[in-house]
Amino acid sequence: MSTKFAVSYSTLARQAVVDSFKKLNPRDQVKNLVMLVVYAGAIITTVFLFLPHQFTSFNLQICLWLWFTSLFANFAEAMAEGRGKAHANALRSMRTNSQARKLVNGQEVSVPGSEIKTGELFVCETGNTIPADGEIVEGIATVDESAITGESAPVVRESGGDRSAVTGGTRVLSDRIVVRVTAEAGNSFLDRMIGMIEGARRQKTPNEIALNILLVSLTALFILVVVTLPAFAKYNEAAAGQSGVVLTSVPVLLALIVCLIPTTIGGLLSAIGIAGIDRLMRRNVLATSGRAVEAAGDVDVLLLDKTGTITIGNRMATEFVPANGVAINDLADAAQLASLADETPEGRSIAVLAKEKYGLRGREMAEPHASFVPFTAQTRMSGIDFGDGAGGVTRRIRKGAAESIRVHVEQAGGTFPQNVADAVDTIARSGGTPLVVTDNQNVLGVIHLKDIVKGGIKERFAQLRKMGVRTVMITGDNALTAAAIAAEAGVDDFIAQAKPEDKLARIRAEQSGGRLIAMIGDGTNDAPALAQADVGVAMNTGTQAAREAGNMVDLDSNPTKLIEVVEIGKQLLMTRGALTTFSIANDVSKYFAILPAMFGMLYAVTAAGHGPLDKLNIMRLHSPESAILSAVVFNALIIVALIPLALKGVKYQPLGAAVILRRNMFVYGLGGIIIPFICIKLIDLLLVAVHLAP
Amino acid sequence: MNVNDWVQIGLYFGLLIGLTPLLGGYLARVFQGERTLLSPVLAPVEALVYRLGGTAPDEEMSWQRYFRAVLVFNVLGIVSLMALQMTQGHLPLNPQQFPNVPWVLALNTAVSFITNTNWQAYAGESTMSYFTQMTGLAVHNFLSAASGIGVLLAVTRGLKRAAAKTLGNFWVDITRCTLYVMLPLSVVLALALASQGVVQNFKAYLPAALVEPQTTQVQKMDDKGNPVNGPDGKPVMVDQTVDTQSIPEGPAASQIAIKHLGTNGGGFFGQNSAHPFENPTPLTNFLEMLGMVLIPAGLVYMFGCMVGDKRHAWCLFAVMLVLLLGEFGVAMWAESQPNPVTANVVPQMEGKEQRFGVMNSVLFACATTGTSCGAVNAMHDSFQPLAGLMPLWNLMLGCIVFGGVGAGLYGILMHVLIVVFIAGLMVGRTPEYLGKKIQAWEAAWAVVAILVPNSLILLGSAWACSSTAGLAGLGNAGPHGLSEIFYGYASAANNNGSAFAGLSPNSNFYNLTLGAAMFLGRFGVIFAVLAIAGSMAAKKTVPASAGTFPVNGPTFAVVLLGIIIIVGALTFFPALCLGPIVEHGLMVLGRTF
Repeated sequence: MSTKFAVSYSTLARQAVVDSFKKLNPRDQVKNLVMLVVYAGAIITTVFLFLPHQFTSFNLQICLWLWFTSLFANFAEAMAEGRGKAHANALRSMRTNSQARKLVNGQEVSVPGSEIKTGELFVCETGNTIPADGEIVEGIATVDESAITGESAPVVRESGGDRSAVTGGTRVLSDRIVVRVTAEAGNSFLDRMIGMIEGARRQKTPNEIALNILLVSLTALFILVVVTLPAFAKYNEAAAGQSGVVLTSVPVLLALIVCLIPTTIGGLLSAIGIAGIDRLMRRNVLATSGRAVEAAGDVDVLLLDKTGTITIGNRMATEFVPANGVAINDLADAAQLASLADETPEGRSIAVLAKEKYGLRGREMAEPHASFVPFTAQTRMSGIDFGDGAGGVTRRIRKGAAESIRVHVEQAGGTFPQNVADAVDTIARSGGTPLVVTDNQNVLGVIHLKDIVKGGIKERFAQLRKMGVRTVMITGDNALTAAAIAAEAGVDDFIAQAKPEDKLARIRAEQSGGRLIAMIGDGTNDAPALAQADVGVAMNTGTQAAREAGNMVDLDSNPTKLIEVVEIGKQLLMTRGALTTFSIANDVSKYFAILPAMFGMLYAVTAAGHGPLDKLNIMRLHSPESAILSAVVFNALIIVALIPLALKGVKYQPLGAAVILRRNMFVYGLGGIIIPFICIKLIDLLLVAVHLAP
Repeated sequence: MNVNDWVQIGLYFGLLIGLTPLLGGYLARVFQGERTLLSPVLAPVEALVYRLGGTAPDEEMSWQRYFRAVLVFNVLGIVSLMALQMTQGHLPLNPQQFPNVPWVLALNTAVSFITNTNWQAYAGESTMSYFTQMTGLAVHNFLSAASGIGVLLAVTRGLKRAAAKTLGNFWVDITRCTLYVMLPLSVVLALALASQGVVQNFKAYLPAALVEPQTTQVQKMDDKGNPVNGPDGKPVMVDQTVDTQSIPEGPAASQIAIKHLGTNGGGFFGQNSAHPFENPTPLTNFLEMLGMVLIPAGLVYMFGCMVGDKRHAWCLFAVMLVLLLGEFGVAMWAESQPNPVTANVVPQMEGKEQRFGVMNSVLFACATTGTSCGAVNAMHDSFQPLAGLMPLWNLMLGCIVFGGVGAGLYGILMHVLIVVFIAGLMVGRTPEYLGKKIQAWEAAWAVVAILVPNSLILLGSAWACSSTAGLAGLGNAGPHGLSEIFYGYASAANNNGSAFAGLSPNSNFYNLTLGAAMFLGRFGVIFAVLAIAGSMAAKKTVPASAGTFPVNGPTFAVVLLGIIIIVGALTFFPALCLGPIVEHGLMVLGRTF
């Protein structure tokens, strides 16, 4: 997203602090059962303080740190929500209340924008704000869509075709259009955007629900572990003939529960999900649901349109191949002449090639007695005629498809040289488009027009392949051309001469094999495929039908975005897995802090009152109180420490699953076991140093 | 350890690894309905069984129906086995004229044998008639094993099938399992055991005069058979001279073969495989140890064949093997440490048979608790505290080290699901296992399958150690007593059936609570497992790609091993601290209770 919607971290943080207190409302807390346990623990320890003889520094600190744990988790969620909220508010302020110029039987009537209904027509002219979403039925205009996309360059919208949709709240910069309303106020794209930004984060995604079940079950297990512990401890106390040596007071047991249950991932889970949607939003992609983002991580196959995604969009002349006995400069000269009036990108690229490679200056169109012959569907040729000044034509230079030129030359009594025919074949087979150039009945040679594959796209596809994502190119080209481009771009498969229904058929076929498909599209005929795809990204420039069929909208209308969407999806899932692993691995160290603290005095044998289980205190924490406090403090602070990771996501690397697993397991699994040992020891030293614990 | 020990260890693990693919391949052929060497003989028998039972072998069952079949079949088994015990006094083949078994013990025993636990709150040679042993207990040794394998087969099919509603036919599965696997192997093993001196007859017990009569002190009884206490409240002791011994007989070999092969573990005699008629020679000991792990290990390979990923099966096998070797190593180490309480004598023969020595006792203990067999050839509670911890740890992990037949593998598969769920996300895809997405339903039931036995252990032990009824059964004071309780509930909830010794479980409290633990631990887990299988079968199979979480490489094996240990430790470490671990700490200091 452009800087327009950027919010500074300090502003976000300030708002989040306020929100984290608001979220202490029980109604918010019951949504997250893991954190509800912490919340309940905080309340119970608070009540416990007021029982006789329980208002001790230790109990007070436990109580405070449980509250902090709860608040830190709220803070994480509030931080994640902040950016989206700011964005939604910005959009809300853009909903206009401008007047609409409604057309009734050809007469303009001015009505409030909010009262215009679906199916009605309105007019917009230079300077007008478009009052509602619609399809242009007449005219062409440049429109400033920065209100929604953040992109300040105006875009062209015209009736018919795939660029006919306009969005309420955007502004016409020039010309006049007549628009038929497709969505009335309250149901507009802007409303939907706001809804998406705010609503996508409310429902939990399937994987989040499943993970939540796992976390809640772990929580239940740990509660059971801790609740049964006093019975075993009391048994031993009796066997040892001791009394009051095991620490099983309510605050200690609650501290142990809170330390063991997966609060780290429990506290950050929703933040991770929201941040994933947010990362998409910052790349100007809106997801209708978190589910779509999650599905993006699972995508197995990407359906990509050739033009604009894999190739830069237009063919370019790259080479001249002269006929036998023709100088290459003559061919280049004729080719340039034939393309002088050709304003298509292909035509221009021929002139540019002639100029750059053969030093032929661009000539003025005002050649004497020259007239240009435009391309027509009938002749399938274009070129230039030079007259003798008396209305006769002396020289006809043509360029065009091989077959048309062959007919043209043979009619003029010439022959089509074999080596040119061979060159035409070679170029076609390599995926290029051959254009044959003639000067009267003489065939001069062939221009090689080539699809230019985008720089870096091949590497991108190779990365995707490593991640197990296959790419399928969709193109209208014939199979030969398609195969050549596919090979050059490194896609795994292609569909040549594709009709819109081919996309849908391919998606269905892949899905029946259990694969998940992502595609990006814009046209009306893309809508069924977008709806069928597991991840359907509609381009914002596209038709209304396409925008409603997809589960994401790309405001930049950049087809390459699909790859980023997949990467963001994967990153989201990786972050969730990494923090879950980290959270569980953390528990090992907490046992080594808390268990010797609770049971270190059992069966005391030393003068200091230590028993055999004191040996478990491998961190040599100072005292039972400092040990328990250190574990609780670590458990609370680690949530805060991991907020940046939860919001940014773990480092994404396009590698194979086995390598990623090994790395992440090493960092978050092994790291998750070791790091807390160090941190808890440091916290213990600090607590003792500042006399917060004996 | 001496050279002899090393050779035996090498032979044991060598045979285990070598026989796994052979037996596993055979199992896969049997359960995929392919022709085997035994088909010419057994196929007609199989067909006859279906005709007699009125079963249509091609009729497939949904997971709910499969569970109903398992449950109904087994509950009927409990009822009939209870009835048999409670009427054995009126039935034939009862040369010792044992009375009817009281209902609480009969219930406990019935549940125990039907759930493949074979926890024994009785001694066979002084409680059960030959008829009860043969037609009741031995039969259920076969059927409970077949039930476990049936459930595993249903799970395997659930993973293999795509967009399917059914998981196979329970009746076919148990029939094939019994006919093609359990019976032939049992016949071979029973003959081998009998050749070494394991008894197999219907004779009455033989009286034998002792060469040296023994005199012991026993509590004096009054005329009504009540113990007499002196005025100080202490028991009045009188001398009793024992000059004869009765030597038990019975159809033991046939029952002991399936006791091991079916990972049942219920001994014919009270002393189980420590009894000279049940396990007479080092060779029988070796065969019994091998018999316990053979089918569970073969099932792992079979699973790989059936789901089409043998490398994954070898990963599971490797994890199990490493766990077994690790436990065996720790236990051997602990046994070789000097114990100040017993004057630092090494080796420590307390509780162990002279015939087998330390190594064979420890390996037997690790194998019997890793599988859910539960046969014992030494008293686990006489091991050093940390050596005794290893069998206990095996139970707490859920008997997944090759595991009970069927149960061990589906148990470790639940751990695999958890691993795939936690670690699988880290590769950037929602979790999937063998092409099946793991979603809320699977995650929930996998956790239930792990939580049920674990909660039974924790809750049961907490209840026992804080109630008079529970404490009354303890044979030892101090942390060792707590270990006995943990062991009892861990053994019952995970359907192992071995006892730590020391605990006297034939009381209403233990018979009923342990019986409940056995029942819930068995059928609660089976329900969860089948619920997952049913949902898996209905899913599409996602083809594997480079981005799929790999379940067939060393990384996966290491992660699985790590998560099994960490989840197990997180659940039980606090409890174990207060049992064997603190006991070890005290033993080193020379303190006993």
